[in-house]
Amino acid sequence: MATPQNSKKLRSLIRRLKFNDYVFSLVGLVCMMLGVITLLALFTNLLIDGMERLNYDFFTSFPSRRAAQAGILSAWVGTTLVMLVTAIVAIPLGVAAAVYLEEYAPKNLLTAIIEINVSNLAGVPSIVYGLLALGLFVYQMDLGQSILSAGLTLALLILPIVIVATRESLRTIPREIREAAYALGASRWQVVSDHVIPYAKGGILTGVIIGLARAIGETAPIITIGALTFIAFLPPAPFSGDPPAGLFDWLQAPFTVLPIQMFNWVSRPEEAFLINAAATGVVIIVGTLAMNALAIWLRYRIRKNIKW
Amino acid sequence: MKNRLHKNPWRHLRERLIEAVLFLAAFSAVLITLAIVAILLYESMSFFGHVSIFEFLTSTVWTPLFEDAHYGVLPLVAGTLVTSAVALLVAIPIGTIIAIYLSEFAPHKVREIVKPFLELLASVPTVVYGYFALMIVTPLLQIVMPELNGFNMLGPGIVIGIMIVPYVSSLSEDAMRAVPMSLREGSYAMGATRFQTAIKVVTPSAISGIIAAYILGMSRAIGETMVVAIAAGQQPNFTWDPRESAATITAYIVQVALGDLPHGSIGYQSIFAVGLVLFLMTLAFNILGHMARQRFREIY
Repeated sequence: MATPQNSKKLRSLIRRLKFNDYVFSLVGLVCMMLGVITLLALFTNLLIDGMERLNYDFFTSFPSRRAAQAGILSAWVGTTLVMLVTAIVAIPLGVAAAVYLEEYAPKNLLTAIIEINVSNLAGVPSIVYGLLALGLFVYQMDLGQSILSAGLTLALLILPIVIVATRESLRTIPREIREAAYALGASRWQVVSDHVIPYAKGGILTGVIIGLARAIGETAPIITIGALTFIAFLPPAPFSGDPPAGLFDWLQAPFTVLPIQMFNWVSRPEEAFLINAAATGVVIIVGTLAMNALAIWLRYRIRKNIKW
Repeated sequence: MKNRLHKNPWRHLRERLIEAVLFLAAFSAVLITLAIVAILLYESMSFFGHVSIFEFLTSTVWTPLFEDAHYGVLPLVAGTLVTSAVALLVAIPIGTIIAIYLSEFAPHKVREIVKPFLELLASVPTVVYGYFALMIVTPLLQIVMPELNGFNMLGPGIVIGIMIVPYVSSLSEDAMRAVPMSLREGSYAMGATRFQTAIKVVTPSAISGIIAAYILGMSRAIGETMVVAIAAGQQPNFTWDPRESAATITAYIVQVALGDLPHGSIGYQSIFAVGLVLFLMTLAFNILGHMARQRFREIY
């Protein structure tokens, strides 16, 4: 019964529950801010520590025993070339696999096995890919500790990312588009290559960028295949030098990459090298964040512009 | 005209060829898995030719590179589990609160702005997080705990936890959003607040998906390499105390790979043996996680 006493109790109960509600929404906001603040703190800290080394010379010098003269020339060239190999291998392979799974695959046991493997591969720790590459590419296939080995390793690593992103993007294309093309007598491949893939291009690109951004920062698998940490030369450019290097000689060259250079400097006891590590960290972070921001923006634009 | 409509054998052949090529690309996923298992088993076989499996699984000393070599994997497994446990202690509360907030509380605008930031947090390279653990988190912890070693498992554990927060929160949020609106509406109709609905209706309904998120997060933490290689120390140390320094499985692999051991030596083979252990541990967690995820999908 709504006696005055009861309604007073009820009111205080409501007040308390509403207060809890309010407190939790504050806690939630704080927790989310924690993430954002960590990101900002991390970046500002790196920037402050590494600021003094971030100049033109840092990008054009080789590593050196003297911290103040050391640079990341061989590292960023190495990263660029490894990414090139990774992209050339992972994009066609990943897109083809996704097209098969989405457009061709019959519903049977084999398809199910492939799907399970794709999702399992996404959960394999990156260092295990490094062990695979060490055993398979470096020794069994005798590719050595080269740019080619590293590029292939990272390609396998980001393959699940490319496949999943491409499949999601293919799935958003309405079935009517395919049916319309079939109705005009197009073959399956014509439907896929002339319609489905072009319309899914944006989504595929987003996935590829996110995959490559992941690959840029990967350190463990490349250390495992035995990349060197002190490289004071560049891979041979095609047709340069004497005798002239072949078109693809750079694939076999030893190399280092940005995260390994950073790891190497972090593990040194001298304080001066930590500054170099921080500066390298800024370069890596700016690279990956820029690529991820590009991908997020692309996705946002696609979602906004395309309405089937 | 009639001719053109006839079945074109060339076109048919081309279609079949393309399908075969695409199938091979998809099948490469299976081949990669097989290759991983084959390489790990092949190199581990020669390792277990020298070392008994019993010693490997029960000895508590891991010194394969010393004169007096012992091959007990337990110290490395302990290091891995301790750092991962610390990571989960950080990631579970924060990740769950963020998931509940994003799924039940946040206005649409806030979600649109915050989610990309969380994704960025997940995309920062791990070597940078390692620097962060060594140079910032550990010194901060040393203010509270002055006796803390410069290399310890607590700092890197916390940093890995921050790293997997976005992963845990986005998987949990997916599970919570899969809970049908009618359940929430029923709860609101009874006069429940958003907080009560979230805790007493949504979370229990989504629990298997949320647990899947924790398990998959654990699997991530176990496989994490660079943070522990930089900040947890390189010395195998059989301890459950996160304040001590200890090598993890992944840190040991990095250490050996940097040391340039000759191909075929026992040290070289040992990284494949511990790699196999790591692979099996993450595989077990991944399978558990996917089973739990499957369950929450089936309920509605």
